Amino acid sequence: MTKKADKVDRLAELMQTSESTSGASLWREAMRRLRASKMAIIGAVIIALFVVLAIVGPWIAPFSPSAQTWRGEVFANKGEFVGARSGNWFGLDHLGRDMFSRILVGARQTLMVGVVSMLIGLIVGALVGVLSGAAATLGGRTGQRIDTVVMRFTDIMLSLPSLLLAVSIAAVMGQSLTTVMIAVGVVQIPIFARLLRGSMLVQGSSDYVLAAKALGIRKKRIVLTQILPNSLSPVIVQATLSLATAIIEAAALSYLGLGNPDPAIPEWGVMLAQAERFFDNEPMMAAYPAIGIIITALGFTLLGEAMREALDPKLRG
Amino acid sequence: MSLLELDGVKVHFPVKKGILFDRTVGHVYAVDGVSLKVEAGQTYGLVGESGCGKTTLGRGVLRLVDITDGEVVFDGTDLAKLPEEEMRRYRRRLQMVFQDPLGSLNPRQNIESILSEGMAAHGIGKDQDERREKIKEILAKVGLPTNALSRYPHEFSGGQRQRIGIARALVLEPDVIICDEPVSALDVSVQAQVINLLEELQESLGLTYLVIAHDLAVVRHISDVIGVMYLGSLVEEAPSDALYAGPKHPYTKALMSAVPVPDPEVEDRRERILLQGDLPSPANPPAGCRFHTRCPWAQDKCAVERPVLTDVGDGHKVACHFAAEIEAGELELTRPTGIEAVVSTEAVASQEAEVEDAAPEPASKVPAQAPAPKGEDAEHEAPADEDGAPATDGDAAAAESADADADGDPSESGADADAPEPDASAKKAGRTA
Repeated sequence: MTKKADKVDRLAELMQTSESTSGASLWREAMRRLRASKMAIIGAVIIALFVVLAIVGPWIAPFSPSAQTWRGEVFANKGEFVGARSGNWFGLDHLGRDMFSRILVGARQTLMVGVVSMLIGLIVGALVGVLSGAAATLGGRTGQRIDTVVMRFTDIMLSLPSLLLAVSIAAVMGQSLTTVMIAVGVVQIPIFARLLRGSMLVQGSSDYVLAAKALGIRKKRIVLTQILPNSLSPVIVQATLSLATAIIEAAALSYLGLGNPDPAIPEWGVMLAQAERFFDNEPMMAAYPAIGIIITALGFTLLGEAMREALDPKLRG
Repeated sequence: MSLLELDGVKVHFPVKKGILFDRTVGHVYAVDGVSLKVEAGQTYGLVGESGCGKTTLGRGVLRLVDITDGEVVFDGTDLAKLPEEEMRRYRRRLQMVFQDPLGSLNPRQNIESILSEGMAAHGIGKDQDERREKIKEILAKVGLPTNALSRYPHEFSGGQRQRIGIARALVLEPDVIICDEPVSALDVSVQAQVINLLEELQESLGLTYLVIAHDLAVVRHISDVIGVMYLGSLVEEAPSDALYAGPKHPYTKALMSAVPVPDPEVEDRRERILLQGDLPSPANPPAGCRFHTRCPWAQDKCAVERPVLTDVGDGHKVACHFAAEIEAGELELTRPTGIEAVVSTEAVASQEAEVEDAAPEPASKVPAQAPAPKGEDAEHEAPADEDGAPATDGDAAAAESADADADGDPSESGADADAPEPDASAKKAGRTA
């Protein structure tokens, strides 16, 4: 008997010393892996800098972004520009405005375009995806029909070139920053919808969902507590990655002249578009906003890729 | 009145084709007319090779797949015709233990959440505190520590996960538990512990089991009555001992003869029926007797008329037109059966080869058995202690795990008659010992 009691004690001891008393959820483990990833850290630092810049930019900008203070020094039609110099670190633009101030202030607009359009795509897309995924996995025959209809609709949206779709939306709605955000957001909707639905279908056919059905858990609850939490990882990754694409697409729309017409509020995409005319004489005017867009997109992409790795259950160590 | 009665249960899956509009081009006859009775407090074992429809049948009973036809009468109610919400309420009384212990647990829920979800769905326990007390009680019963509550499935070992799966079924206080290959995904040393746990729980809680397995040793150990399935229907049903002592259906004979005997001399001399050909597709099952395409004794009648399961005495039921004739040895073999008495042809050479083959087996038993007393074994003894079971129980478990050790690969399709069956040798070993 004593031998047996010893064994039980030892087992109890093992269970307690193996780890802390509270278990490690998959989210927490993913965070731990994310913190250990160099890629994630670099990406996060870039994003953090960008966000800080977007918040404080207008206050730390040395000059007004819209005041044409050095109008008399720049003759765009003669090809005379002012490059980087002390006081105007990034030089002047074609109207004699301080480029450095414009870049600082423009960060906020660029971030806003990225975040808002990503959110539009994420929220609407996720709703469509959840509806479709839930209908397909638990809705029986009617559900599968609903799913088919919804998915064919998203297929149509996906089959249009994204920029063309965005341009059409922007053309219908007129020229403004809101238009750009909506246009870029709408383009993202089918991507999120398909991704979440596909992910839910995979989880929906898993054993634990079958087990939940066997337990007699209600369908709505199965979707919310079983399928959805397990389907979110790829969507989170896509959200991060699509911030980068949203910023680039917004820049493209601005470049095509569909962006914010208000010259008082600079935006990197608009700045890039304006610089194009003078690219032969003053390439640096285009380079600054372009580099800004590239670095920001790189930051989001790095973080997104790192999250993909951290959340992938196959790489769980 | 049996607790669970299946009458002519059919589960047919439509095969669909088409780009825009699916049309049904045929059916997979996964389960094609199965009738059986499970008595309260008993264990019904269902065996058959991979793809014979045993898992589908288990899921059909719980309406996890749609039943095409037939009745599933549980405690006087036909589950097959219940509306969805009523069926949901009935699920409390019929629970299931799944094959894959990790896959059947939601990786993002902790154990407390996994176990309390079903209780909440059925309104068991007033609040979470009351449920937690109940869960702790069940955890002790299945031999898990209470601090498992806040942990997640991936933090447990395979055997512990299956205990969680069992606990999940138990918290609902079911009458019937359908165990779908409950141990086939587990390490051999853990299999016996889980089987013993299931038996202990049956005794203390008066549970009724429908155990689905391909491992003949497991089924024999746990079952009171065994049904043998082939291609969607039962070919033989008998009390456990009677079936193993005298299989009457040719398929069962072949199945049993695939069980090797752990004595090289006996093993060489005994007759083995090697079935020819493959399992026919359930989408296009042969007419007449499903087994006639492979049966060594197949007659003209077999290809035309489908035999029904008939009682041949003492509750032994066989679905074969010629069971009696085969038994009496009156029937000529109609097919190159591959019945082999190895020794008669190449006695010496093969005997040497067999001995060499057999030699590594006992050696491999030792390392597999050795770790058992360290962790898992102690863990197994924990519930035995609390239930006040006699100390010999633990010893029985040790013997049982030694038994199961001979099983090379638990996930293989063990009932495949073409391959010698290592699982079952363990059982024989246990019996002869």
